[in-house]
Amino acid sequence: MTATPSQTIGRPNGPKPSLKGKSSRGIILADRAATVVLWGTGVLVLTILGAIIVHFALAAWGVVTLNFVVSDPSETALGGVMPILWNSIYMLALTMLIAVPVGILGGIYMSEYAGENRLTNAIRFAEEAISSVPSIVVGLFGLILFVDDLHLGFTALGGALALTFFNLPLMTRLSEQALRAVPQDERSASLALGATKWQTIRHVVVPLAIPGLITGVILTAGRVFGEAAVLLFTSGIGTPPHYDFTNLDLTNPASPWSPFRPATTLSVYIWKLNSEGLGVFKNQIVDGSAAILISMVLIFNLGARFIGRVLSRRLTAA
Amino acid sequence: MAQLTNTYRATGLRAAPSLRQRIDLPRRVVFGAAASMIFIVVLLLAFITWQGLQLFIKDGVSIGQILSPTWQPDSTSPNLSFGLLPFIAGTVYVTALALLISTPVSVGLALFLSEVAPGWARAIVQPALEIFVGIPSVVWGWLGITILVPFLSHTFHGGMVLSLPIAGDVFRVPGFLTGFSWLAGSLVLSIMIVPTITSVSYDAFRAVPQELRTGSLALGTTRWQTIRHLLIPSALTGVLTAIVLGMTRAAGEALAVQMVIGNSPSMPAAITQPVTTLTSQITLDMGNTVFGEPWQDALWTMSLVLLVISISSVVLVRVINKRRMGA
Repeated sequence: MTATPSQTIGRPNGPKPSLKGKSSRGIILADRAATVVLWGTGVLVLTILGAIIVHFALAAWGVVTLNFVVSDPSETALGGVMPILWNSIYMLALTMLIAVPVGILGGIYMSEYAGENRLTNAIRFAEEAISSVPSIVVGLFGLILFVDDLHLGFTALGGALALTFFNLPLMTRLSEQALRAVPQDERSASLALGATKWQTIRHVVVPLAIPGLITGVILTAGRVFGEAAVLLFTSGIGTPPHYDFTNLDLTNPASPWSPFRPATTLSVYIWKLNSEGLGVFKNQIVDGSAAILISMVLIFNLGARFIGRVLSRRLTAA
Repeated sequence: MAQLTNTYRATGLRAAPSLRQRIDLPRRVVFGAAASMIFIVVLLLAFITWQGLQLFIKDGVSIGQILSPTWQPDSTSPNLSFGLLPFIAGTVYVTALALLISTPVSVGLALFLSEVAPGWARAIVQPALEIFVGIPSVVWGWLGITILVPFLSHTFHGGMVLSLPIAGDVFRVPGFLTGFSWLAGSLVLSIMIVPTITSVSYDAFRAVPQELRTGSLALGTTRWQTIRHLLIPSALTGVLTAIVLGMTRAAGEALAVQMVIGNSPSMPAAITQPVTTLTSQITLDMGNTVFGEPWQDALWTMSLVLLVISISSVVLVRVINKRRMGA
């Protein structure tokens, strides 16, 4: 194989350059091989992702029906996941209710107030430390704090707080990035008009950062929705009873609206079914639940992109 | 961008804090929100450390004993022993193999995205990687069980031996029994950490100034020569950071590994054999033990080991990056 002119562009005729004694043909071949290999990594990732999506689409075919989504595990031969799906959504809502305000306020401090000092450094260290602590250890922390010491038992609230601990750094960092992306001129203009710092933040910086903040919320939500290790020993592993949605008494553990009850989510349910290994339809139920999880991940990701794009277009056009 | 903001702040757009600013309520609230993370870390460190030390304080187990390879935690067992070595070794070996598989692919992918891919390819691969990050670990574990494990046990049920004429057998592994194995665990992990290593390495490659690339190419080098002799050396600290972060994620991953690794509490012997890790054993045993019994205390000690690993890696990343700033 000879090198065509297109690969030797910019190389003078005459003595061929050589690096470490290699022939120039060898160098060009190495370059071509590297290009092929690097393209290969990109193709590999797309192939794996495509295969996973197709695999679950096929596995979920005939399993994920309306009946599967709306019935109790014991109701039909195959079983359903309605209470478990409800728990996943409930836990997501409860966690975001705590994590979003705290995360955004923390992001405001890190972006607008924090100076280059030891305290900021300590906060950053804490942020990195929590992000690197294994999720199972955060779950154990929840176990000892809420279950063993506060004697709450396995509760949705304990699980949601443990999830908040785990995801607060992500939410804070994404908020900080979104706020930092607001041009400095906007702040200067507002301050020059006599607005106080807080007025500037509330009426200028935060509104301008809303697309980024929403993207951050959705990305965090995606992670919260699929998390299981944090919840095994905080909100509990079990098959939920039949839920009576007319029971609105929040202090009654039998009410599906109460935060003081065990709440097995979809991810935890998959782990539970797999480790118990019982049931004729185990594989179908797990495949169906996993397909629901994957679809939610896709929806969260595409939703974050779409909403972020639409909002930023609308806000910049206005 | 961050640099710009800091410069503005440094030039003192804000006047010296007045009394009103010092008692600024919003400032206190947002500070409290940010500082809550310090509170969480301190609390977490305190609780896990205290629980993790109970095995030594309350149960009187010696440090030497936890380094033994014998794990017999059941109080009815005649020779009770809390050797954590199989779990520590399992975590180290499984993580090391996962890094060995994942690093070349991930760094290659980062190079592809930063140096080779045209805009349209990047616009497809980057969102795909973000979806990878979002796939829950139980789903990875389930894919491991339904696809990888049967594949391994069907394809490689015979043992593998690599013999050389004089040296004899230099490499020998028995065949897979069930497919639940060290290799299965490492393969599942290696896929899970691709996004971590890729995104951090990608940032490191992007941070290399464009002038260096054009300068190198103007000297007549090929793209691969530029990558090998210029980009990889300049971005090395960033790539190292990426590998440490990937390692942390792999060592701390619990459910996916537990589902495919076979969970056999013995020292890892071959990649085709079942092993166990710190995270898998905690996941399996925590629900079956009683709070306060030595068996559970040993599990808390395992979680303390995990905590030490993760905090050390945060410090390690800081050290690596500080050196880069200094150089």
